[in-house]
Amino acid sequence: MKFALFLGCNIPARLEQYESSSRAILGRLGVELVDIADFNCCGYPIRNIDYKTSVLSAARNLALAEREKLNMLVLCKCGYGMLKKASHVLREYPSMREDVNAILKKEGLEFRGTTEIKHLLSVLYHDVGTEAIKEKITKPYSELKIATHYGCHALRPSEIVQFDDPVNPTLFDKLVEATGAESIYWQSRLECCGAPLFGTNDELSMDLAGKKLADAKQSGADYLCNACPYCQIQFDTVQRIMMSARGENHALPSILYPQLLGLSMGIDRKVLGLGMNQIDVTGIEGFLSERETSVGNENKNV
Amino acid sequence: MFFTICLYISLAIFLIGLVYKIVTWFFVRPTVASQKIPTSTRALSALKGIVFTVLSVKILTLLKVFVLDVLLQRKVLRESPFRWLAHILIYGGFMLLLLMHALDTVITVAIAPDYASTLNPFMFLRDLFGALLIIGLAMAVYRRFIRKAPRLSSTPMDTYAVIILGIIMISGIFLEGAKIGSYTRYQEMVEEYAGLEEGEEEYKALTAFWVKEFGTVSPDIKEPFEQELLESGKELHEMSCAGCHSKPQWAFTGYAVARATRGIALGVDRAGLPKLLWYVHFLACFIGLAYLPFSKFLHIITSPLSLLANSVMDKGVSDPANIATRQALELDACMHCGQCTARCSVGVMFESIQNVNILPSEKIASLKKVASRKGVGDDEFKVIFNGTYVCTNCHRCTDVCPAGINLEDLWFNTREDMFQRDYPLFLALSPLSFYRGLLREGIPQDDYQKPLNRAREAIVAECDLMKSTDKTVTLTPTDTGLQSGLLISDQASTFSACFGCQTCTNACPVVANYENPKEVLGLLPHQIMYAAGLGIRDLAFGSNMLWDCVTCYQCQEQCPQGVKVTEVLYELKNLAVQNVYKD
Repeated sequence: MKFALFLGCNIPARLEQYESSSRAILGRLGVELVDIADFNCCGYPIRNIDYKTSVLSAARNLALAEREKLNMLVLCKCGYGMLKKASHVLREYPSMREDVNAILKKEGLEFRGTTEIKHLLSVLYHDVGTEAIKEKITKPYSELKIATHYGCHALRPSEIVQFDDPVNPTLFDKLVEATGAESIYWQSRLECCGAPLFGTNDELSMDLAGKKLADAKQSGADYLCNACPYCQIQFDTVQRIMMSARGENHALPSILYPQLLGLSMGIDRKVLGLGMNQIDVTGIEGFLSERETSVGNENKNV
Repeated sequence: MFFTICLYISLAIFLIGLVYKIVTWFFVRPTVASQKIPTSTRALSALKGIVFTVLSVKILTLLKVFVLDVLLQRKVLRESPFRWLAHILIYGGFMLLLLMHALDTVITVAIAPDYASTLNPFMFLRDLFGALLIIGLAMAVYRRFIRKAPRLSSTPMDTYAVIILGIIMISGIFLEGAKIGSYTRYQEMVEEYAGLEEGEEEYKALTAFWVKEFGTVSPDIKEPFEQELLESGKELHEMSCAGCHSKPQWAFTGYAVARATRGIALGVDRAGLPKLLWYVHFLACFIGLAYLPFSKFLHIITSPLSLLANSVMDKGVSDPANIATRQALELDACMHCGQCTARCSVGVMFESIQNVNILPSEKIASLKKVASRKGVGDDEFKVIFNGTYVCTNCHRCTDVCPAGINLEDLWFNTREDMFQRDYPLFLALSPLSFYRGLLREGIPQDDYQKPLNRAREAIVAECDLMKSTDKTVTLTPTDTGLQSGLLISDQASTFSACFGCQTCTNACPVVANYENPKEVLGLLPHQIMYAAGLGIRDLAFGSNMLWDCVTCYQCQEQCPQGVKVTEVLYELKNLAVQNVYKD
């Protein structure tokens, strides 16, 4: 299993722990990652204003991965959605593809549509598989309740992204449960985190985040779990901002999935960047069971 | 005399220029925050900062950065070994030539008292350093003008740098070549150093030896020579010349020129070309020196300063006065190498939005103009601001800048400044503003919100129907072009299938967030679809709903008619912005 790792812009600049923890767990699970230094913005941030430019930006990444004959592993859900969308549009609309390829040609690149785009969670679920993950778990969680946040741009538009069942997705929950934790059901789990509006309409953005946090907390979650830098920053950095800007304290820390999984695999907390989250998540280590065994059959939550 | 006058004039211009540049670092106000700090405070803070830093443990950081980043340039190496080699050759060759050759009477003599420019190892080293520099220069020319990396542009300043260095080097080598063959120069040396006693015979012997072994071209004494004559010439040479003149073959570049031009050496010598080449060589050096503070060569001074300053300064910790000064210095520290642009995350967008200010290496030049006292006009400002905002704040430009310029901070601060002008920036209504939101705690509440409102208001201002309080809308201003205009996105034109069932509106988390959504959002999703279907542009463009859409795709996913609601909203946003630009 070999993928070109697509980090996007936010992770290297603001969420390094997502990269380091992902590399750590994927390394243990035998997924080989190739870095393509030339990767650029996925195009998502400018789509509101200039759709064609966003597709061009995405296309360059796809063409770079294609040149290396690699499929892409994307950590960001907005980036995943954008790349999927662009790939779809470029394959379906020859005129768009011609325009884009005319520009890419100047750099010796071409979009042909042979690269598959996968999100971290889909690789873990479909390519690695929960059984293989469970085998690597040495410290399963017990009594830990996790609220999974799916993320809009991974789920929808479903006909294009094809991540999971858009109405009743289970992929993320199964991955969480592989660690021994319990993935709880909560009403608004498929709703938006509000991040796309942070910076343009902060009040609305914080309203949406606040509602989700309150719902997850009320549904009994100990932690929120994410696999997207926008969602994670929204539930971590922005949740912290909400405390001071609004005096709103949901006290529901958010952890990245590879951090959650990494701890149960016995990976060092420093490698996982546990201390880098703005709202403290180190308490989660208290849920790790001491016994150094595989999750096995006795775990009731699996 | 002429030489000395030129030297002092160019030195004076260089020093005045340098002082002028340094003074501007304390005057230029790159950001609004820095406008409140008087120049005197900035100068004092800088002095205090430097003294305290040098006397603290931070001196170790400075030393480390000086060795690794200034001397060895590891940042360039990390990005491109080719460019590193080119630059190390140019700057290494240049520095060594400057110290050993140009400043020989000051430095070299002090180290080696028996120094003579015609003596090894100096003669060989001079050519070696020169050759290294030329190889580096050729690599740079290849990169900039032949290979042409994507989106790397060359300014007249880049061309000037290559040309002036080229003139200095080529004139130097040709001067050396011409001197090797020059009979006049030979005669001068004989007169000055040889002290031949027996006149004509000895002179002939020595000349024969020099013609044979040293490349001198004599008008009458020509090969072949008798062995005896050469023997006696050699003796004379060893007695009078060898002490301070090594074999010119060691000066391999000059010697190669001398060999190649042997046939015309006499003519060249008679025409006084060696003298002319000498003028070209030292005048080019002096022009380079005098113009240095105003050219890209200023980076020899500013880039190390920027690297050192940035290594010991931290945002939020360091004195704001010093940060302002550092940012002014940084505007001068850019040598337009283009590394930032090569790694820019949005660089490719320049190919479709033809605005050079998207590219960091070009943006910094524009910002310099904005920060200068002259400022820029409205139209130019708009272009600069729009280009500057197309940035995902990915930090890559800052990570790779070989001058250590904190570009990301510079972008952020100058963008905030530009927001102070009354210009609606629509790009602010996109996730490009995400980073700004994360830093909102450092921005005054009013300053933070104003540009966002301004952009929305400017769009609504173009939509007359939105201003009418009359509830009835006539269907006559129907824009039949709207439907055909909504074609770039995948199936965005599907809105005509909408029958107004409101499923999209009911699924929308934004609508659900408000008690009275119409009051806040204007038209709701199903109404926008309907308005678009009827071609009522104003209503479709003017609703807050458009810009408050979180793009969560709930509406689109649930639409029973297959209307691509989110795609339509995306595309309407694009069109609404174009609608304003159109006028």
